[in-house]
Amino acid sequence: MSETRTISLTVNGAASTHAVPVRQNLVDFLRNTLGLTGSHVGCEHGVCGACTLEVNGATVRGCLMLAVQADGAVVTTVEGLAEARRGEDLRQAFIARNALQCGYCTPGMLATALEYVEGGGAADRIAIRQHLSGNYCRCTGYQSIVDAVCDVIDGRAHR
Amino acid sequence: MKAADFRYERPGSLAEAFELLDDDTLDAMPLAGGQSLMAMMNFRLAQPGMLVDLSALDDLKGIAADKHGLRIGAMTRYVDLANSPLIAEHAPLLHMALPHIAHAAVRNRGTIGGSVALADPAAEMPALLLALDAEITVQSSAGSKTCAAADFFLGMYQTSLEAGALVTAISIPARAPDRRFGFYELARRHGDYAMAGVAVSATGASNGPCTDYRIAFFSIADRALRASAAEAALEGKAPRDGAQAAIAALGELPFAGDLNAGSATKRHLSGVVMKRALEGMTR
Repeated sequence: MSETRTISLTVNGAASTHAVPVRQNLVDFLRNTLGLTGSHVGCEHGVCGACTLEVNGATVRGCLMLAVQADGAVVTTVEGLAEARRGEDLRQAFIARNALQCGYCTPGMLATALEYVEGGGAADRIAIRQHLSGNYCRCTGYQSIVDAVCDVIDGRAHR
Repeated sequence: MKAADFRYERPGSLAEAFELLDDDTLDAMPLAGGQSLMAMMNFRLAQPGMLVDLSALDDLKGIAADKHGLRIGAMTRYVDLANSPLIAEHAPLLHMALPHIAHAAVRNRGTIGGSVALADPAAEMPALLLALDAEITVQSSAGSKTCAAADFFLGMYQTSLEAGALVTAISIPARAPDRRFGFYELARRHGDYAMAGVAVSATGASNGPCTDYRIAFFSIADRALRASAAEAALEGKAPRDGAQAAIAALGELPFAGDLNAGSATKRHLSGVVMKRALEGMTR
């Protein structure tokens, strides 16, 4: 029987307290306990980026962080971004540019791209590719994803 | 896969951490940023009985500069190194290498001390510390001592760190004004472990002859290694002028293949990355 710990955290704006097995990683906690299945589980060793989500304002791999380590943290998943209408322009640009096909990478891709856009990243295709390099997409070939991120940066600059 | 079961503690002081690490019955491992250890645990390559999470040890975080150089706390995350004006000014080699160390989300969690203690032969940090002539501070319940980077990295995931000891800080000597630096790595995907990479430092005027080269490779053998014959071949020459002689002198290194490439390819790529690092050296 796994050791459990009680954690209190804020997920997508809602504070809650839970007993979690110490061996449970953050993305499994979000998916299985909170039912937030937007964050996907891919490789489980930090390579694919499908589980990328936001903890205390910075992206992390949900498979390389334990739920118990999120005690006191503010966590935002793709569901929270949508509810807060944060990155709405990025979601629209992904649709307009066909920046997804199967959608498996998309939640992690959005979190990573949003970090770049909100961090003041330039509409420079090489720099965008470097920032997104930790997120695999097996459908698009990345071209359309970079297009979408460039559109958003250009759009925000002219707003 | 998921990690096998373990116990978990997050001590609030180094003394409490050492108490846990010294207890043989616990089979405890320290957890720094977790960006390698958690992956190894998910693969079940590592199955510690207990994780001792060091994230509450605020004394191990931060970057300070004085006349002797930089002192970087072991629990300082890569993202904080990359954003640090002190690192950019006093350790430009680290600054230029940091964007190549893993991916943004991993840099947000991964720590310099974790990378040093793990001693992955493909990781950048051990080679960077060799090129910078850095010292590693190691602490245990028995006390604290420092160790030159050259004496710390012994082999694949092997260091001189004793059981129950922790890496607590990394010291980088003050940079001479005419010290110049270069870095280059070849990776299939930006941010992945390199197929071969190198960090270079040398003393000399812009575009002129340089002395006291330090050339440290990673991801070519069982550990980060200095190339002393290549350094000797470059001595007194401008980086560009000495590159061919340095490449010819790489045969001394014990190249070892991995999943990416065999040893002959590693040897070839070592010449490629060294030439590019030399050509790209800072002024």
